[in-house]
Amino acid sequence: MVTGGVTKFAKAHPAMDFRLMVKRAYEYAAKDTPALSADRIDGSRISYFSDHFSRQLKAASMVQDYLGLNPKGSVRIEWGGATGGECFQAAYEAVASGRMEVCLAAGYETMSRVQTWKGNEFIALASDTNFDFPLGGFYTGYYALMVQRHIYQYLRLRKFAHISDEREAQRQAIAEGSRIMSLVSVKNHLNALHNPYAQYPKRLTVDDVLKSEMISYPLTREQICTMSDGAAVAVLTSEERAKEFTDRPVLVTGVGTGTDTMRLADRPFGKVPLLPHERASDYEDLPYPGVHSFRAGRAAGLEAYRMAGLTDPRRELDFIELHDAYASSEIQTYEDLGLCKYGEGYAFTERGDPFLKGIDYGFPTPHAGAIPVNPSGGLIACGHPVGATGLMQAVFAFWQLQGTIPKHFGDKTLQLNAPKRGAIHSHAGTGSAVTVSILERGFR
Amino acid sequence: MRMRPPAYTKFRDVQEELEKSGAAIFRDADGVESLIIHFPYSINYIHSYAEDSPFFLSLAEGRLRGSKCRKVKCGFVYATPRSHCMVCGTATEWIDLPLQGRLHSWTTCHFGSEAFLKETPYNLGLVEFPGVGSVLLARLKDCVESDLYIGMPVEARFDPNPRYSITDVWFVPSR
Repeated sequence: MVTGGVTKFAKAHPAMDFRLMVKRAYEYAAKDTPALSADRIDGSRISYFSDHFSRQLKAASMVQDYLGLNPKGSVRIEWGGATGGECFQAAYEAVASGRMEVCLAAGYETMSRVQTWKGNEFIALASDTNFDFPLGGFYTGYYALMVQRHIYQYLRLRKFAHISDEREAQRQAIAEGSRIMSLVSVKNHLNALHNPYAQYPKRLTVDDVLKSEMISYPLTREQICTMSDGAAVAVLTSEERAKEFTDRPVLVTGVGTGTDTMRLADRPFGKVPLLPHERASDYEDLPYPGVHSFRAGRAAGLEAYRMAGLTDPRRELDFIELHDAYASSEIQTYEDLGLCKYGEGYAFTERGDPFLKGIDYGFPTPHAGAIPVNPSGGLIACGHPVGATGLMQAVFAFWQLQGTIPKHFGDKTLQLNAPKRGAIHSHAGTGSAVTVSILERGFR
Repeated sequence: MRMRPPAYTKFRDVQEELEKSGAAIFRDADGVESLIIHFPYSINYIHSYAEDSPFFLSLAEGRLRGSKCRKVKCGFVYATPRSHCMVCGTATEWIDLPLQGRLHSWTTCHFGSEAFLKETPYNLGLVEFPGVGSVLLARLKDCVESDLYIGMPVEARFDPNPRYSITDVWFVPSR
């Protein structure tokens, strides 16, 4: 990767349609790398999630057209919430296969063109329309079902195992899970205070998060990402050509994808596919993935880590930009990606491992800096214009590895100290598809 | 000649104007004006339940049907029917599910997509049945948030006026 750009994510950008938003993100990337011009680009991969949002089919053709890239090759990428992550990997594949030497990955979503609850309907149409959608058409409801089971599996049956009254034990477990999920929300919103591209930067307390509007029990408004307008681009080249564009390239050393059943109800109760640093004895009697974990996330991590030669992501990754559409799914994903064992996500959060060092979150974070997750603020605070989101993560990770966060954010708070390797993680509805890509500093 | 649509600096006002006249101008902080219109879209699909049809027809008869893999060595049993087994790919056969189960997970939705907002709050549950390998997502009725817990016994109820939808079945706390 040699350059990237993002537009500020916002509730609405009425003065820009999707073509102009992508153009603005592209111009940012080109300004950062003056050698970049349309005639040096061999082709593109363009992503957006839903035709419904702009009521314009084949909109990717209009982006290609607007950027002046005709008649070069291009294709539209769509894979639910993981659309942006898939687009990044599609561009990687175009270069890695030798088909292109310079490929533009561009993504956007304009979700403001419909009312919020109509937007929820469009998103929920990405669940089974025979068996799931007619029950409420509500993705937050599906994630609430998943985290309820996660809380039951790992808090009720462990931390609260000593309580014999079943209802009381579950009540206490949910309260504890909700409190810990709120720590994640506080982290991501607070990190975003230093990110000028973020849609909802703010300082919150755990109490603010818990007392925000209940959306689908136990998930509250501040634990959930919102809909956004925004665009992001990344330019990928062969290693040989990279030096034409920058002396600070970032290498893509691993790509992984995974999938799972469209319906939550079909998720099996099998065995955990183990990462190199785990043992089968860690997970005896754990029905997996059930609805409490994302098997697709585990599969994507396994593939990406293997390709990048990683054997213990806890030590080998310096940071992760993780698809936190919900505070719950961020905690569930810590476990899928092997940052801690299955069942340890809550304790891992409480110890502060995914928090940044040097930021006062309003509660103790003794392990802060161990492996920062969403230093940018993630989806919860930056926004989630679906087709752009995975590419936004790539851009933020790229700037981290280049050490150029202070330049791009105008604030050095979020710049990690000389990170060598990071991961970006993109996730589609209820974990039906996940991508993980490993990025490494490609210069001395 | 028609008049120029009215201009607003607040997006909320633009939306109100669209409800009234169908067109408005949004003027942003930099003075840039964007013309915004209503652009309606609706469609009735001629939707076939295809291989899932027997399930929905059964609901109308007050029967809850799952499916079972025909391969003897596999025999996976599905609470949400699949016409081919996800484990081994063999065709399945229809089976009757018990009408009593337990909550595998649950939530109370205080919002929903536009089509369901008027029904909030509503409860969703994943229901597990003894000897069945997968679960079923359904509405939970005759109960409120504070009644619900994982493991709670529930039983099926059927709509006497079926709409041929998954909402023709729901679960209530077992008596």
